[in-house]
Amino acid sequence: MRQKITDTLLRVATWLAAALTFGALFFLIAYILTRGIPYIKPSLFALHYNSQNVSLLPALVTTVLMVLLSLAVAVPLGLFTAIYLVEYAKRGNPLVRMVRMTAETLSGIPSIVYGLFGMLFFVTWLGWGFSILAGTFTLAIMILPLILRTAEESLKAVPDTYREGAFGLGAGRLRTVFRIVLPAAAPGILAGVILAVGRIVGETAALTYTAGTVAQIPESLMASGRTLSVHMYALSSEGLYTGQAYATAVVLLVLVAGINTLSAALAKKIGKG
Amino acid sequence: MEKFRLRDVSLWYNDFKALKDITMDIVSGEVTAFIGPSGCGKSTLLKSFNRMNDLVEGCKITGSIQLDGQDIYKDPNINGLRKRVGMVFQKPNPFPMSIYDNVAFGPRTHGVKSRLVLDELVEKALRDAAVWEETKDRLKKSALSLSGGQQQRLCIARALAVEPQALLMDEPTSALDPISTSKIEELVTQLKERYTIVIVTHNMQQATRISDKTAFFLLGELVEYGKTEQVFSLPRDKRCEDYITGRFG
Repeated sequence: MRQKITDTLLRVATWLAAALTFGALFFLIAYILTRGIPYIKPSLFALHYNSQNVSLLPALVTTVLMVLLSLAVAVPLGLFTAIYLVEYAKRGNPLVRMVRMTAETLSGIPSIVYGLFGMLFFVTWLGWGFSILAGTFTLAIMILPLILRTAEESLKAVPDTYREGAFGLGAGRLRTVFRIVLPAAAPGILAGVILAVGRIVGETAALTYTAGTVAQIPESLMASGRTLSVHMYALSSEGLYTGQAYATAVVLLVLVAGINTLSAALAKKIGKG
Repeated sequence: MEKFRLRDVSLWYNDFKALKDITMDIVSGEVTAFIGPSGCGKSTLLKSFNRMNDLVEGCKITGSIQLDGQDIYKDPNINGLRKRVGMVFQKPNPFPMSIYDNVAFGPRTHGVKSRLVLDELVEKALRDAAVWEETKDRLKKSALSLSGGQQQRLCIARALAVEPQALLMDEPTSALDPISTSKIEELVTQLKERYTIVIVTHNMQQATRISDKTAFFLLGELVEYGKTEQVFSLPRDKRCEDYITGRFG
């Protein structure tokens, strides 16, 4: 009898938790869509921003640019460091412990701190000014620990029997790593990249201090630009274009969903080999 | 003629002496079985024939192991050694790629690029490993879709594709069902004409069925080594007799 009551209670609790989680997400998305879609008009995608059209196209371009550039800096660095840590470094190497500890510490730092660092170092000290480049490097440093740790975990998850098999055939370490281990780890590594994309797209604090808030398509890497999130933040804090801010949120949602779908398909393709 | 000539081979994992002064010759064109209880060093010795122990940190080896008269631990070309001495592992370990690419991996590693040559090598290896009939219509399919026994024969094919002279097998049937096991055993007897085969096994019957010579190891020592019939019918050493008759191990 008592057992039965506990069972029922637990079942209800599980359902309730699931319903609440789903409900909250659903409510959020529905809210954004109903608020934002009415404001999506062709003028919102004008090539140049002005206070009449409140165009988000420059921000969209900047976002894509920022994602690509930050990944281009952080992915090779993080991935090769992970390869070093897992495949080359000897166990108990003090350098490994240090890199790992640094990565763990870095991943816990709030993004505003990265912003402050980026402003002091890239913007001021290196004299890059508020620029796409300064933003890129700040974000790259921010997502580096994430890329490093997910890549490391994925490489570690590749069974040692694969490595043995390749070595046993006379393959060197380089060939083993790049032909056998890396393809097997690719889906996990890509999952890390997707998380990183999420962080880049959602970032505002670290960017306002480094890439600035200019609402035009950046003409060069040294020009300032605002991503969609920064754009949203600016619009809603100005308070004049709340509707357009929601419309931007809709575009952002679609963009993120698109990137995730694409990466999932890519991971599946690579994973099958 | 001896393929491998071992003289006073000792091996340490850090402070633990896993092999103690092993001296033995392994004759080409024969199947040599290594038997003994778990932890006796038989797999460790097998893995030093193609220097797979080099991958283990803290592993140190003394004495000499010669392959065709050349000390393999003095030759820096480890990949070349592993090409000449192939290995099949305890658990089937096909790579997560197509059947064709699995077999072609070895030849490609050693510089074969021509599609025609590769096609030929792959077919020949799969035929030699008695797995061609089951795979010829699905070469592009993932190797992981095969059954355990087929996977192990694929791994044998993969090892054969680099045209080795010797084949090391580390308990190749311990993860397989009886039917797959008998297929592999049959294959070993066919392959011994062309390859020197050393096989580690936990299964006494398997050793008597397929091997010409048997070596019995205990606690890192080579206790008894001789013709399989002799080792199993008239063991010289009491410990070997006790193990074979099932008194321990």
